[in-house]
Amino acid sequence: MSVRIGGQRPPLNVSWRRALSPTGNAGDAVFRGLMFFAALLILLIVGGMIVALAAKSMLSIREFGFGFLTSREWNPVKGEFGALPFVYGTVVSSLIALLISVPLSLGIAIFLVEQAPRSLARPITFLVELLAAIPSVVYGVWGIFVLAPFLRVHVEPPLARWFGWLPLFRGSITGIGLLTGGIILAIMVTPIISAVVRDVLSAVPNSQREAALALGATKWETTRVVLVNGAPGIAGAVILGLGRALGETMAVTMVIGNRAQISASLFEPSYTIASAIANEFTEATQDLHLSSLVELGLILFLVTFVVNGVARVLVWNVTRKTGTV
Amino acid sequence: MSSAIITLTRADRTRRATSGTMTTLTALCTLFAVGILLVILAYIAWQGIGSVSLRFLLDSPRPVGEGGGIGNAILGSLVLLLLSSAFGMPLGIAIGVFLSEFGAGRFASLVRFVVDTLTGVPSIVTGVFVYAIIVVPLKHFSALAGGVALAVIMIPIVARTTEEMIKLVPHSLREAALALGAAQWKVTLGVVIPAAASGIATGAMLAVARVSGETAPLLFTAFGSRFFSYYLNQPIASLTVQIYNYAISPYDDWHAQAWAATLVLMTLILGINITVRFFTRKKF
Repeated sequence: MSVRIGGQRPPLNVSWRRALSPTGNAGDAVFRGLMFFAALLILLIVGGMIVALAAKSMLSIREFGFGFLTSREWNPVKGEFGALPFVYGTVVSSLIALLISVPLSLGIAIFLVEQAPRSLARPITFLVELLAAIPSVVYGVWGIFVLAPFLRVHVEPPLARWFGWLPLFRGSITGIGLLTGGIILAIMVTPIISAVVRDVLSAVPNSQREAALALGATKWETTRVVLVNGAPGIAGAVILGLGRALGETMAVTMVIGNRAQISASLFEPSYTIASAIANEFTEATQDLHLSSLVELGLILFLVTFVVNGVARVLVWNVTRKTGTV
Repeated sequence: MSSAIITLTRADRTRRATSGTMTTLTALCTLFAVGILLVILAYIAWQGIGSVSLRFLLDSPRPVGEGGGIGNAILGSLVLLLLSSAFGMPLGIAIGVFLSEFGAGRFASLVRFVVDTLTGVPSIVTGVFVYAIIVVPLKHFSALAGGVALAVIMIPIVARTTEEMIKLVPHSLREAALALGAAQWKVTLGVVIPAAASGIATGAMLAVARVSGETAPLLFTAFGSRFFSYYLNQPIASLTVQIYNYAISPYDDWHAQAWAATLVLMTLILGINITVRFFTRKKF
């Protein structure tokens, strides 16, 4: 990569410069050293993150061990801390979000890449991306005052009437609960999933489309060929959306009801890992309570780390193969 | 078109109908998403506009029913943004430069991976981390902690956009400067970075827009305050935390203020996004 140009041959006593920069130029050595230091710093930050979270959650890890993940009891007064209700709330709300947002995002991405004329696709792409620019707390405000009342009046009663034989749609109708949390998450991850799917579809070579069209395929049949080609990348996009949904905090905290319980009903209040931390962190007076909350943070960190890693590998494999980044 | 000559079989008609239906469905999906965006924005404008006034923008919070405003929160958000930009931008840009200029080796791959990882870390976890390393040792919530938390979120965004933007600089520019005998660091600082400057600035602005909407990492770092404060070692208010506290309060008066503060925040964020879009329109 480095080209040795610029300046005279390096004198003999410059081994430290050489060690830092192949050009042996003092300025290069300093510059390279500084940039290297910055890069090192980010490794230290992330490393420090893992160490700090692990250290602060030691108390809780020692006390509860793996039982932390399987215990349903979260009672700060009695000093009992089990994460299962939070894990349940996080997973179920994220699944609801994906159930809604995946078909929606696929539709949007297909429309923008395969169907819409360019002049229409560009401004619409920008608008859909704006959805991702809206802060979580703003979604929360809208969720509390607009979405929750709307669901309470117009969506949950019909669901209870028609599907009330399912345990999912029983229980008191308040508009605040798992379903509302899942729906607000769905709106929030849709722009993220659709953006990645768009990249993936754009990376599928045009020759695929041309081949399908030349064989007499209709527009939709051509799109299906493209979808099959981009399938791993689309899976990656979905997993990336999952990672985002798992860690979302404010909007969910504001509409999910924040009650540590496991209930089959989607209408019932629930609690997610992130919202438990947001809600209880400043109120935790006992060390064990605080430590348990930090352990929740550690769990969230590790889970999102793995989920995002998997997603990246899937997306990269598709977008890299064809040369577009 | 050609259907005048070629007679369509029934299967062909079904295929065409399916294709048309799917096009309509995907268009409806898009329409739905754009519709939601417009509904949200319209609601914020409609609910917020009534309570926004000069007094509201300048005053600090007062007890329920006595009015009050978000002046301290606006100041607090500005302090936090300045602080986080001061920490995050130089570091983010430096990492971006490192990745683009010296990004070939195994160490660079590790850095790139870690930067990507950091992008995916939930912001609430960043808050817990900064609480552990800054709030606990200093024994109280502070603007400094809030600024650091936002900086940690900002760094990966700035780093990746910087890297992408520098990669767009044509190789010929670099080669021309090297051919003239310039040292590598001078080429990077004097030729490559200026050529990518507008792109880097764009990324930096988007990072600011992103960070200005963050709430979760501030809850137990900057914490919030009901007074004007610009001390870095004291808790400080922010627009987002104030919106949160007002929205979950039981008072209608504060709900109205939450909407108004949301309108102010969204104006800032949309302003940045649309400006950036406008300036980069030619390039992409």
